[in-house]
Amino acid sequence: MSNRPGNRLAAGGRVDRSAPLRFTFDGVEYTGLRGDTLASALLANGVLAVGPSLYRERPRGIVTAGVDDPHALVQLERPCSDPMQLATTVELSDGLAATGLQGRGRLDDAPDETRYDKTYLHTDVLVVGAGPAGLAAALAAGRSGARVVLVDDQPEPGGALLSGRERIDGRPALAWVAEARAELEAQPETRLLTRATAIGHHDQNYVLVAERRPDRPGGGGRLWHFRARQVVLATGAHERPLVFAGNDRPGVMSAAAVRSYLNRYAVLTGRRAVVFTTGDSAYATALELAAAGAEVPALVDTRPEPPAALVKAARAAGIEVLAGAAVVGTEGGARLTGVRISALTAEEQLTGPVREVACDLLAVSGGWSPAVHLWSMARGTVRYDATLAAFVPDRAAQEVRACGSGRGRHDLAGCLTEGFTAGAEAATAAGFPFAAPIAPPCEGDTPPAPPRPVWLVPGEEGDPSTWRDHFVDAQRDATVADVHRAVRAGMRSVEHIKRYTTIGTAHDQGKSCGVAAIGVIARLLGARSPGEVGTTTFRGPYVPVSFALLAGRERGPLFDPVRTTAVHPWHVRRGAVFENVGQWHRPRYYPRPGEDMDAAVLRECRAAREAVAVMDASTLGKIDVIGPDAAVFLDRLYTNGFAKLPVGSARYGVMCRADGMVFDDGVTVRLAPDHYYLTTTTGNAAAVLDWMEEWLQTEWPELRVRCTSVTEQWSTAAVVGPRSREVVAALAPGLDVSNDAFPFMTVRDAVLANGVPARICRISFSGELAYEINVSSWYGLAVWEAVLAYGAHAGITPYGTETMHVLRAEKGYPIVGQDTDGTVTPQDLGMTWVVARHKDFVGKRSFARADTSRADRRHLVGLLPVDGGELLPEGAQLVAPGADLTAVPVDSLGHVTSSYRSAALDRTFALALVRGGRDRIGETVLAPLPDGRTVAATVTEPVLFDPKGGRRDG
Amino acid sequence: MLLIACPWCGERDETEYHYGGQAHVAHPADPHALSDAEWGAYLFVRDNPKGEFAERWMHAAGCRRWFNVVRHTVTHDISAVYPAGQPRPVPPSDEHSEVTA
Ligand SMILES: [Zn+2]
Repeated sequence: MSNRPGNRLAAGGRVDRSAPLRFTFDGVEYTGLRGDTLASALLANGVLAVGPSLYRERPRGIVTAGVDDPHALVQLERPCSDPMQLATTVELSDGLAATGLQGRGRLDDAPDETRYDKTYLHTDVLVVGAGPAGLAAALAAGRSGARVVLVDDQPEPGGALLSGRERIDGRPALAWVAEARAELEAQPETRLLTRATAIGHHDQNYVLVAERRPDRPGGGGRLWHFRARQVVLATGAHERPLVFAGNDRPGVMSAAAVRSYLNRYAVLTGRRAVVFTTGDSAYATALELAAAGAEVPALVDTRPEPPAALVKAARAAGIEVLAGAAVVGTEGGARLTGVRISALTAEEQLTGPVREVACDLLAVSGGWSPAVHLWSMARGTVRYDATLAAFVPDRAAQEVRACGSGRGRHDLAGCLTEGFTAGAEAATAAGFPFAAPIAPPCEGDTPPAPPRPVWLVPGEEGDPSTWRDHFVDAQRDATVADVHRAVRAGMRSVEHIKRYTTIGTAHDQGKSCGVAAIGVIARLLGARSPGEVGTTTFRGPYVPVSFALLAGRERGPLFDPVRTTAVHPWHVRRGAVFENVGQWHRPRYYPRPGEDMDAAVLRECRAAREAVAVMDASTLGKIDVIGPDAAVFLDRLYTNGFAKLPVGSARYGVMCRADGMVFDDGVTVRLAPDHYYLTTTTGNAAAVLDWMEEWLQTEWPELRVRCTSVTEQWSTAAVVGPRSREVVAALAPGLDVSNDAFPFMTVRDAVLANGVPARICRISFSGELAYEINVSSWYGLAVWEAVLAYGAHAGITPYGTETMHVLRAEKGYPIVGQDTDGTVTPQDLGMTWVVARHKDFVGKRSFARADTSRADRRHLVGLLPVDGGELLPEGAQLVAPGADLTAVPVDSLGHVTSSYRSAALDRTFALALVRGGRDRIGETVLAPLPDGRTVAATVTEPVLFDPKGGRRDG
Repeated sequence: MLLIACPWCGERDETEYHYGGQAHVAHPADPHALSDAEWGAYLFVRDNPKGEFAERWMHAAGCRRWFNVVRHTVTHDISAVYPAGQPRPVPPSDEHSEVTA
């Protein structure tokens, strides 16, 4: 025995005894070694218990040495705050602090400043898992010259060899591992990623890998997105627990984990150990424990006739082998003090006397489940292999190969052979022909004899309905009694039983307990084997990952592109309040000191209606449509005609989808016979360009037209109001701005007083005399400032989107996407005038459908609340007076689409879509509000201000 | 995520593309010659096979070209990619196809 404190052995293991690390767990200070996990360091200090169980608060201890531990949840406090980490996968670092958890962690309120990254890589062959099979596969593939990536979740390659004592080619296996690693690192096209866990395997070999980088500043990880021509899965296997009474008591551990702690971490997890197994692999645990100085009073094997060589070796080490037996109960409180052992009949019933054996460790091996998670996520099928007592990969659905213990091969020589073969085949399939190397000779870990799975060890008393200490999913505190209740309730599908009992839904997603649970279900259903029950669906991620890792740097300002106009710095200086319109940041209003939004907007509206105001309209979508067939093209897309539009003139147009519903609107200018300049709704620019390109490419490829987005190339200042003419006259001294020379809906080229060439359009979205001054965006800010300077004497007022909305709504101009929602025709908007009768266009046929010609469709109308101070909420539902508000559903007449306070009308008003609205003008409708009040409003024509349009010419 | 081979740019991730629904649904030459039912079928009715499906994709973040893909709706296997306007390639054998339309 070691003379060191605790359970650390004096020699051996992959830990660095020259590098002691201090850490705290549950507030107590301990020392561990570099190379430890938090779990191995705790076990070395004699700490076995972690947090209590989620519901029943039973004491729970460390069970495994990897990602499949059902109990060892901890909250990391240092080096960073991280909830729900597994002590068995957290690498120990100096100063680490953690606390045990009862099933759930706490998110830190402080923002996570860690920087996470993403990396994208194409590769010929991706090998997952750097155990013996994966290393062999990577060696073979790498030697072929193919681009190879090998990923493994541990800090160093080796897989199970790190935890064993096998020999390869006459030397310790880890010498072979070191040589393999050196060869891979010397291959120019091979990359080895450690601390990298493959979490998802998606279509066309898209594999996500989460890499931890604790040694980097900040410690942020990286999410790799791999696209691989070929994938080799060498993912290894999980050791299964066994289901018997008291199987959750601290001190009951996985036999393979006990071996791993012993050999890899030099930690003796018990002084007196009983081993309970259904197959060969746990004999190595028993023998090595004994060799390390532990007492091993009994090895309980479910098989009546275990392999003679193993029995002989055990007896030679002083271990009594109890064949054809099972552990049927555990003794002790928060730590195991003994087990109860009984013989098993061929029918798995208990027989004979029960024997008690004192021990502080029970090492359990319920058999091995290949880690088929990635295989299954990639849609490969699995089949139940009765000899191996395991679900193994069956048919691949992609270019994927499984090898080694990940496909049920449990001897070292076989794993190496399968790895070499899979790697060579994958390289060959990727276009790098290569013959599989011959595997070197191996010692230890020979092909195992068949196991005898026992899915449910009976209790000494009662029946399955009472076995509440037979834990199936310990993390969920789900027991045989719970499964029994589900089966008694009539459930047969494993998916139903999973959801009813919550088995397999906890942090570990059933990695260790999943197949054991299927075995219990099979027994209680009377099925012949777990194969008849089948597995639940495997879903990614394979291990939990943080949202911060998935987000990478796409957080905060980098979450989505932010688009600003050339004038943006001026808006910021002026104190604009911004709103997001699509990706654009647009000024919503420009408050003066002491003003709220209502006051600012009323002031801005008055300026536009009474003097002059200016808005940055640069965000409008702009598309150049150029080519000999441009006129024909636009005539086919717009409901109204553009072929006869004179050069130098502008026209408002509406586009519909084929179903006749309004898709976009805007003003188009004809600059030349073959050149139109088209504007779209700000948020719809990309969709309109897509729409135009789709028709050109897929339906009318014969049309000679090209469409180009020029949204960013032009900066637009909309100068609006009765005094706008004098401002433009001063700004563009060479331009005749008289109404006769420059009438409404025309466009003129001009050179501004500051020398900047401009394209000026007389377009109005407010009903006022207005000019849109378009200049190259390079001059956008300078021209904006010039407009402000030339308008200063007239008190020119900048206004934002809110005022723009009020001004347009007073005129009944709809906003596509606000006053329409994909169910609204031009006729519904009262725009029959924009629908040409003598040409065809996209969507025209739909206006003859019965539904689009109904008289009671919802029409766009104006609403005047009876109380002119009452602002209707946008989205408010409308009903007829006397409507039954208790009916389900309430008979809705429509809803409010826009609602504002108007300076010009000196009252509130709204636009709404109302059933048969144009036939209800003058009638009253009611808006029942969420606060219980009902607001009455009068239906009006949608144009509430200057209905004759007398103001547009100034 | 699918890996789609644009006929013009080569293999790119699905996120570079826009999906365009069933391929080979031409806009009727004269919609006004169609009955309401026929026009409604053009607007709203599409095949939904369990099996190979010819569908449109557009390389939005690349060359912006529309093209056609034959994709198996269960396995996502892509058996053909061809430019817009070309007929669907005849598969070498139809034993894997469950398309009836
Ligand atoms: Zn392309």
